[in-house]
Amino acid sequence: MSAPHTAADGDAILEVRDLNFFYGDFRGLTDVSLDVAKSRVTAFIGPSGCGKSTLLRTFNRMYDLYPGQRAEGQINFHGDNLLDRKQDVNLVRAKIGMVFQKPTPFPMTIYENIAFGVRLYEKMPKSEMDDRVEWALRKAAIWEETKDKLQQSGLSLSGGQQQRLCIARTIAVKPEIVLLDEPTSALDPISTAKIEELINELKADYTIAIVTHNMQQAARISDFTAFMYLGELIEFGKTDTLFIKPRQKQTEDYITGRFG
Amino acid sequence: MSEVAYPGTSPEGSSKLPSPPGRGGSAVDPHARQVRKFRMQDLFFHQITLLFAFIVLAALAGILISLAIEARPALRQFGVAFLWTDVWSVPDDEFGALSAIYGTVVTSIIALAIAVPVSFGIALFLTETCPVWLRRPLGTAIELLAGVPSIIYGIWGLFVFAPLFSEHVQPFLQAAVGDTPIISGWFAGPPIGIGILTAGIVLSLMVIPFVASVMRDVFETVPPELKESAYSFGCTTWEVVTNIVLPYTRVGVIGGIMLGLGRALGETMAVTFVIGNANRIVGSLFAPGTSIASTLANEFGEADPGLHSSSLFALGLVLFVITFIVLAISQWLIRRGIAKQGK
Repeated sequence: MSAPHTAADGDAILEVRDLNFFYGDFRGLTDVSLDVAKSRVTAFIGPSGCGKSTLLRTFNRMYDLYPGQRAEGQINFHGDNLLDRKQDVNLVRAKIGMVFQKPTPFPMTIYENIAFGVRLYEKMPKSEMDDRVEWALRKAAIWEETKDKLQQSGLSLSGGQQQRLCIARTIAVKPEIVLLDEPTSALDPISTAKIEELINELKADYTIAIVTHNMQQAARISDFTAFMYLGELIEFGKTDTLFIKPRQKQTEDYITGRFG
Repeated sequence: MSEVAYPGTSPEGSSKLPSPPGRGGSAVDPHARQVRKFRMQDLFFHQITLLFAFIVLAALAGILISLAIEARPALRQFGVAFLWTDVWSVPDDEFGALSAIYGTVVTSIIALAIAVPVSFGIALFLTETCPVWLRRPLGTAIELLAGVPSIIYGIWGLFVFAPLFSEHVQPFLQAAVGDTPIISGWFAGPPIGIGILTAGIVLSLMVIPFVASVMRDVFETVPPELKESAYSFGCTTWEVVTNIVLPYTRVGVIGGIMLGLGRALGETMAVTFVIGNANRIVGSLFAPGTSIASTLANEFGEADPGLHSSSLFALGLVLFVITFIVLAISQWLIRRGIAKQGK
């Protein structure tokens, strides 16, 4: 299974090399190597339990929160190995933001939801913060719906709006990479379409890595697609190529719906 | 699927059931009978639970009314001044609640001042930073502590804690505050071990397991995704706790603290052992004092019917009202918290 694992064009912002991941004794990822291209959308697909979310969660060291989980190998980001123990996790997470499957607005106002992350890293006067909040909400295409209720709780929004709020607050801190872990699986089709549109616009400024269960979604929005199965990277390449002319039998079986 | 049709199932579901031909003509639709049966059950259940709930109300009203009736002679004699009179003299038949109120409130404040931060720390450690193998034993230990009878705390407080406290801690505290104005007054007087401060400390030990386990339980209700989201911004554990966990659990945390306060206000046995039982107000926390509950415990047995026992009932009524006020304040705090969150 020696598929070429690196992207053909574009600069790699993340270089994953021989990544192995362990939940205690269980091996969740086996020798994964790939490049995440800068300012592109990279999608991770595969059946449940294939390790795609696990892989995404190594990019911001989210697994650190849980004792017993560990990663081995390399994920190079600006020349540093993210997995290095000496790496400042908080700094990594400031540059690599994440949006989760379920919308998770913080228990505070819409305004504070955005300002919260910004305040962690930047000190700025109120007027500048107002601008930043508006900028982020506009960027996430939710400004029109929220501009009159910034002081209301983030929980007062609908599920789709909450998810866009979560995207807004993630980009408000101006990360380089945005990780999306099945961001639309809890949403209705209209909200999903809005988020997909948003992803398309965001990729000019951000590198996006998205895990999705929805193959059509991957085909629609991504430039590169990685197909994973049982903790291994089966095939990785340009989305068009992978969906039209998959090299691996397993990939073909999966995208044509024969398993998974 | 079973043959039973539950109220509210879809019509497709019920149409699968064998239905007799010519529905309208036949005797009784078994389906309808079943539904009626369920409705009866529901009605019965509703009445029963209503009755149970009503028992609580009735008990509450009964307690309040009987306290008020028994307290009437004393309240008629002393009027509202009962609340701010600090004389409690059985020979003179002169009674006032102030020293007992003072002792109750001050010991409870001391107890909470110690218990809340400690419980907060315990709960945070257990939910956020504790290694997995230690979590269960530690949690169980705290629950066991909550189960220790209060008389044990009383005995321990009187025979173990008070001597140690008077020998080692009280002189040290006095030396430490020196002549600082106001504060030195709190720690003035002979270090005899028992007194208001000792009662407050023993109370705090009794309250900690309650407050800590409530806090731990509510901290555990924070969805992991929510905490992960905050961590994904590079927050430290402290930032996650203060910005996410606490606001999310505010209602439960206040509830836990109020549970502790309620317990501290009403605690009888342990306080009676260590508070010193002196019906007077001295500014020093080292001085012996009394609380409402301990006065009741000490004097009810030998109180003659008449003004003395009526005054004790009046004290009980006061404690009841204080507890009620505490509850009302906590409700108000909770509501304000929700409003502030903009829900």
